[in-house]
Amino acid sequence: MRHLVIVGNGMVGQRLAELVHGWRVTVIGAEVHAAYDRVHLSDYLAGRSAADLSLVPAGCYDGPHRTLLLGDPVSTVDRTHRTVHTASGRRIPYDALVLATGSRPFVPAVPGAEHGYVYRTLADLDAIAAAAAGARTGIVVGGGLLGLEAATALRNLGLAAHVVELAPRLMPTQVDEGGGEALRQRIAALGVHLHLAARTERIEPTGTGGLTLHLAGADPIAADLLVFSAGIRPCDELARGAGLATGERGGVLVDRGCRTEDGNVYAIGECAAVEGQTYGLVAPGYAMAEVVADRLAGGAATLSTVDTSTELKVLGVDVASFGDAHGRGEGALQVVYADPVGAVYKKLVVSDDARTLLGGMLIGDTTAYLTLRALVGTTLPAPPEDLLFPGGGQVQIALPDSAQVCTCHAVTKGAILGAIGEHGLADVPAVKACTRAGTGCGSCVPMLKSLLTEAGVAVSSALCEHFAQTRSELFDIVRVTGIGTFSELVARHGTGRGCDICKPVVASILASLHTGDHVLEGERATLQDTNDHFLANLQKDGSYSVVPRVPGGEITPDKLIVIGEVARDFDLYTKITGGQRIDLFGARVEQLPLIWRRLVEAGFESGHAYGKAVRTVKSCVGSTWCRYGVQDSVGLAIQLELRYRGLRAPHKIKLGVSGCARECAEAQAKDVGVIATETGWALYVGGNGGFRPRHAVLFLSDVDTPTLVRTVDRFLMFYVRTADRLQRTAPWLESLEGGLDYLRRVIVEDELGICADLDAAMARHVATYADEWQATLADPDKLRRFVSFVNAPDQPDPAIAFVRERDQIHPARGVLVAGPNLPVGAP
Amino acid sequence: MTTLIDCPLWTDICGYAELIPERGAGALVGGDQVAVFRLWDGSLRAVGNYDPYGAAFVISRGIVGSRGERPIVVSPLLKHAFDLDTGAALEDPDVRLPTYPVRLRDGRVEVGGR
Repeated sequence: MRHLVIVGNGMVGQRLAELVHGWRVTVIGAEVHAAYDRVHLSDYLAGRSAADLSLVPAGCYDGPHRTLLLGDPVSTVDRTHRTVHTASGRRIPYDALVLATGSRPFVPAVPGAEHGYVYRTLADLDAIAAAAAGARTGIVVGGGLLGLEAATALRNLGLAAHVVELAPRLMPTQVDEGGGEALRQRIAALGVHLHLAARTERIEPTGTGGLTLHLAGADPIAADLLVFSAGIRPCDELARGAGLATGERGGVLVDRGCRTEDGNVYAIGECAAVEGQTYGLVAPGYAMAEVVADRLAGGAATLSTVDTSTELKVLGVDVASFGDAHGRGEGALQVVYADPVGAVYKKLVVSDDARTLLGGMLIGDTTAYLTLRALVGTTLPAPPEDLLFPGGGQVQIALPDSAQVCTCHAVTKGAILGAIGEHGLADVPAVKACTRAGTGCGSCVPMLKSLLTEAGVAVSSALCEHFAQTRSELFDIVRVTGIGTFSELVARHGTGRGCDICKPVVASILASLHTGDHVLEGERATLQDTNDHFLANLQKDGSYSVVPRVPGGEITPDKLIVIGEVARDFDLYTKITGGQRIDLFGARVEQLPLIWRRLVEAGFESGHAYGKAVRTVKSCVGSTWCRYGVQDSVGLAIQLELRYRGLRAPHKIKLGVSGCARECAEAQAKDVGVIATETGWALYVGGNGGFRPRHAVLFLSDVDTPTLVRTVDRFLMFYVRTADRLQRTAPWLESLEGGLDYLRRVIVEDELGICADLDAAMARHVATYADEWQATLADPDKLRRFVSFVNAPDQPDPAIAFVRERDQIHPARGVLVAGPNLPVGAP
Repeated sequence: MTTLIDCPLWTDICGYAELIPERGAGALVGGDQVAVFRLWDGSLRAVGNYDPYGAAFVISRGIVGSRGERPIVVSPLLKHAFDLDTGAALEDPDVRLPTYPVRLRDGRVEVGGR
């Protein structure tokens, strides 16, 4: 098998490694982190971890033909012997070599530049974050895209930010004067101090840890730290050292096939100068990776015209530019819409007869971006001014078939519609697989959805291929017919044998309507997701985590000690959860009953952290201890948690109770939030954390405890019965026609006459609740399932292995990081 | 000539009645981790227990069902579906779980080595 060596594990090098098949692949990264999403680097300082930003799919470097070496930069390339040498002394031979070394931040040669930080890698961000501790003000030199990203990062660290830009406007490459003004207004309104047309002269440390930035012809700026983010330069030293040609403005010189003059050496991404031109965007880099992957597979792909269209959010401001955004083409006309009050600026560049769209830019409102980008090069379907007005270009404009929807893979609207018709494609994943549209940068995916609609593909409300009904329709069928098994339901009202979508839904419905039965009883066991099947939370390595219930977050020292002892005896990783409980990680299936026997003996119950079910009721300490508390929030939280424990639902449900308006329990972020008032309780509903956080809305104020509990009973039961699969309370509320008023009419004023039924259903739930784990431990038949191997019940899964980090177990992973203990030599 | 493939080495897994219909069980066959399934029609299937997408041995813990006429198992990690007849991932036929011969003998389930 031939050997491909990729130098660089950035976004583009990683993409190539995933695209190449049939080669042994070794990827060598200079950083200690495997490839991560550099485009969203500022999120790292907003709380996303390096793991969140990772771009390496699980298992990518497993297997004998895939190797990732990290923290070991390549020092030289020996083209004669086709070998690369690394800093640690490895010598790695190659049949084909791809340079994907990226670029480095440009630091202007001004006195005192060494006192500034740069903004490029996770290590750079760690250094900036360390310097920002205790700091209040930061300066970013550079007002382009990267500079504004760095300013975002400083604001994420809680610093006041100054941005210094040499040009008279922000983002001078992407936007023109008018666009720059709209951008300036919006960003200045965020409290960012802007210094435009300002030349950096020198940087002087103050001696007290801070520094002063001196500008030409303007007042100096004092700050605690300074970051250079004023452009990038390609890392082309390896190519220079190996005698390969470089571009006039740097970069490894390659042809449109991404080949250097040496047929075995390629360059891609920011380090490559394709016919002399370098690109600082990830989309062209991905396109280059595809070209090289094709060539390594024997193809002859070349890089087509590079689309430098971009749509992004800088400091929360939407900015897009596409095609010939600056109107540089001969005879190009510009049509501008500017709204100085709303700080919106839109411009279209059209041909001299105003009929063909050439490009444009959008600041402050980019809703029309995808449509307009697809129209570039085509005859305008409407006068340009109509396309620019607010809301214009969204739905009214029908794209011609020749419009390019996916610019990464040059897929036209006609090709997509053709594929939808010819192959009967029914959803976005099918369109992606068939046409490759949407598989590059992904920005056109929303447009694929609307093309499916345009093609007349009905967006079905069917649960899945086995049931044409929605979840709430199935709920009603089961409630009215009294059907008690999945087999009967699918035989009478569905087709086939079910799947991972409908089976857990039916399991949830049966749990709500047949409240006394155990979730693992009879056929019900086969419907459950693995979490419900093992009554624990599956983790990435195949081990499980265990969360005992701690009602209201109140726990005795004796019980705390039991949790500690269990964790110690089974060597589990322990972490405090956001729901005021303790999560124990790293349990193998065969350990779960042993762990739970200990916990149940000590009086613990299942916490249902594994289920789409009521999870926790978080509380503050309330009037019992707190000087400000006005009600006993812990007491109410425990009462609610014991009442609703075990209630299965379309999604997880969290509750919170705060003892006063200071809201320390963050109840307004919960599905059901209760906040104490001087005279009773205020009830909030529909708060969610998660992917789309939502504040709960006030539903009742100043009610007594019985009224509160009755209303929560009905709210939860109405939600359980009518919400869609995996629909949390916030989107469910939004989907109710009539919204909050309607909900009030149903569960307070009983307009539908169903309240007695809802009350009875909740009473049944409360009366029949039993701890699932206690029941499981008492049933040898259920316990038999808790083995890794049915023919070797005593043997643990040998693939689950741990390393110790910060004195606890962590999953062992298969990626090598260079260090003193690693063997040196070819892999 | 008799080859190994013609004459697999059969490993005893468990009694047929111990397998829950439409729920998998993990088993050790030689050094391999295998996921054994009893389907709704009573027939048996055996595929590799390793999920190549999630990189963990969890296939036996997935939900069993059908896609069209094909019996499938859905990995519990990242919800990739695999055809239980061929082992192929539904969204990428190039990704395959190994399949194993499986038989019922005297009320016992047996899986053949590869």
